[in-house]
Amino acid sequence: MKLIESQAKAIFAQAGIPVPTGRIAHTPEEARAIAEEIGGRVVVKAQVPIGGRGKAGAIQLADDPEAAFQQASRILAMDVRGYKVERVLVEQAAEIKQEFYLSITVDRDKQANVVILSAAGGMDIEEIAEKHPEKVAKLWLDAGLGLRDFQIRQIAVQAGVPAELLKQLAPIMRKLYEILRSHDAMLVEINPLALLGDGRLVALDGKMEIDDNALFRQQALASLKEAEGDHPLEIEARKRGLAYVKLDGHVGVIGNGAGLVMTTLDMIQRSGGKAANFLDIGGGAKAEVVRNALEVVLSDPDVKSVLINVFGGITRCDEVAKGLLDVMRSMGVKVPVVVRLVGTNEEEGRRLLEGTELTPAATFQEAARKAVLAAQG
Amino acid sequence: MSILIDRNTRVIVQGITGREGQFHASQMIAYGTNVVGGVTPGKGGQEVLGVPVFDTVKQAVDATGANCSIIFVPAAYAAEAVLEAADNGVELIVCITEGIPVQDMIEAVQYVRKKGVRLIGPNCPGLITAGEALVGILPGRIFTPGPVGLVSRSGTLTYEVVNELTSRGIGQSTCVGIGGDPIIGTRFIDVLKMFEEDPKTEIVIMIGEIGGSDEEEAAEYIKTMKTPVVSFISGRTAPPGKRMGHAGAIISGNRGTAQSKVAALEAAGVPVAETIIDIVDKVAERLGK
Repeated sequence: MKLIESQAKAIFAQAGIPVPTGRIAHTPEEARAIAEEIGGRVVVKAQVPIGGRGKAGAIQLADDPEAAFQQASRILAMDVRGYKVERVLVEQAAEIKQEFYLSITVDRDKQANVVILSAAGGMDIEEIAEKHPEKVAKLWLDAGLGLRDFQIRQIAVQAGVPAELLKQLAPIMRKLYEILRSHDAMLVEINPLALLGDGRLVALDGKMEIDDNALFRQQALASLKEAEGDHPLEIEARKRGLAYVKLDGHVGVIGNGAGLVMTTLDMIQRSGGKAANFLDIGGGAKAEVVRNALEVVLSDPDVKSVLINVFGGITRCDEVAKGLLDVMRSMGVKVPVVVRLVGTNEEEGRRLLEGTELTPAATFQEAARKAVLAAQG
Repeated sequence: MSILIDRNTRVIVQGITGREGQFHASQMIAYGTNVVGGVTPGKGGQEVLGVPVFDTVKQAVDATGANCSIIFVPAAYAAEAVLEAADNGVELIVCITEGIPVQDMIEAVQYVRKKGVRLIGPNCPGLITAGEALVGILPGRIFTPGPVGLVSRSGTLTYEVVNELTSRGIGQSTCVGIGGDPIIGTRFIDVLKMFEEDPKTEIVIMIGEIGGSDEEEAAEYIKTMKTPVVSFISGRTAPPGKRMGHAGAIISGNRGTAQSKVAALEAAGVPVAETIIDIVDKVAERLGK
């Protein structure tokens, strides 16, 4: 789950990391009022959970409240790489002397949190990391030790941060690590962490990504969970506890196990079709879960056929077949449904499906081919 | 010989009194696994499935001499269960639980590594040495002893492949599900090293998927292996930025794509199968079957 800038900055501010004065506006009028309150030059920033806003023209300076009104009306009408702008952040503009990059994120290869610091922050950090990796200092953390003062000194020197800034930088880094841990973040990023004309270090932007696995203990964040950007069917599926991803094809897919479902999508493509979704019902395959899965998939108007691909391991195929038939009969399904049941008692399972409205398939290839053909009508 | 577990492995089940724990413990016992006890805090002194239940791992290890633990503890407490097992002399920990917070797993994985303890998972189906021992939730009846070692990030794909192998008369040595999370205790390269040392394993199947770079890292190691490896990568058509069921199955930017993994494996001379049948065909061909 990604937080938008204003949400991340609220968390930063609460932890004591300096951020500019500012507030969220939903309308140009609100933006003007906030600009009046702040006084002087402001910056108007689109609040969408995606990078590259500056380059897309969705971050603009405004010299007075009237200009803030103008910029806000323009940005609020924008679409930034597929994300409709529904609010803007209006903040006091800052005179920037230097831009630093600071983040802490999860490095899955090293199985550790890593602090990343660079004296060459700003919009082009990715390019710098690629072309001049020596300008980007990294420090992998031991979870037991946390982030220690000697490490902060070490990475600051490595990144070439002027010594006189360490007094301000050290507490910001410590607080950022505390935020990562206390909010179960996968990423906390400040880019730029700006040195202002008055000598202060301020977080001019903020980005956070929260671990979805930890939302059970992050109640405040879970309630923030931004629905925007997610397809309505993904939101519905999440409510029903299903792992579902909306895709752009016409074959609805239901299977058990993430790897099996991904492979099913691959096979559909090999057969000349495209999947309408990813849906993993997990192990066990209980009738209630199958019903929920079918309801979500069938409510998608893009779906022209459905492929159910189940490996019966602990669960027996004949039981799965019986459950499927019950659910299908009570739902009155209108599109062709191809079912492949493999594993324990597969023969009995297939026999049960014969002569019913379900189309049985014996192999992965056959199932994909039949479902793709059925979708083409 | 085999890797990690055999019929002498002494197993305790953390979370044995829960629904999942009890069901799968009974399946493990039925397969012949030497389950010597269970642990559920507050339930010490009971007996489940004919084995004693203890309040702590320490009591269980002291009383039974267990050297392996399998964890069926809810996500909120599972990392703690890993730490408890690692702290009390268990040599092999298998964590089945799905949905453990990443920060908890970073702590646990770093701790077991310091302790020199082997952790499989989390979010995995466990492992099986065909005909000897099952420490996991894999359906034992589809496995048969033989020369193929298998390591996979996906449970059901493992079953698919094994089912096909067995139906064609090709048996397995040990099959290890390493799990679908981004932070896991044992990675492809670790299991490949064990198979390379195992005289019973004549060929290895590696089933990877999108996300991370464990397959690329494994490809480098495979170049040095004597045991042949056949691989498969799922998620070739997965869109970037979407979590495909497994928390670890996500393409971030242009990292973790199936294309990058296939390219790395092919560059290392590893055949990459296009379909499940194709995996088994390639294995059969190399075994001369």
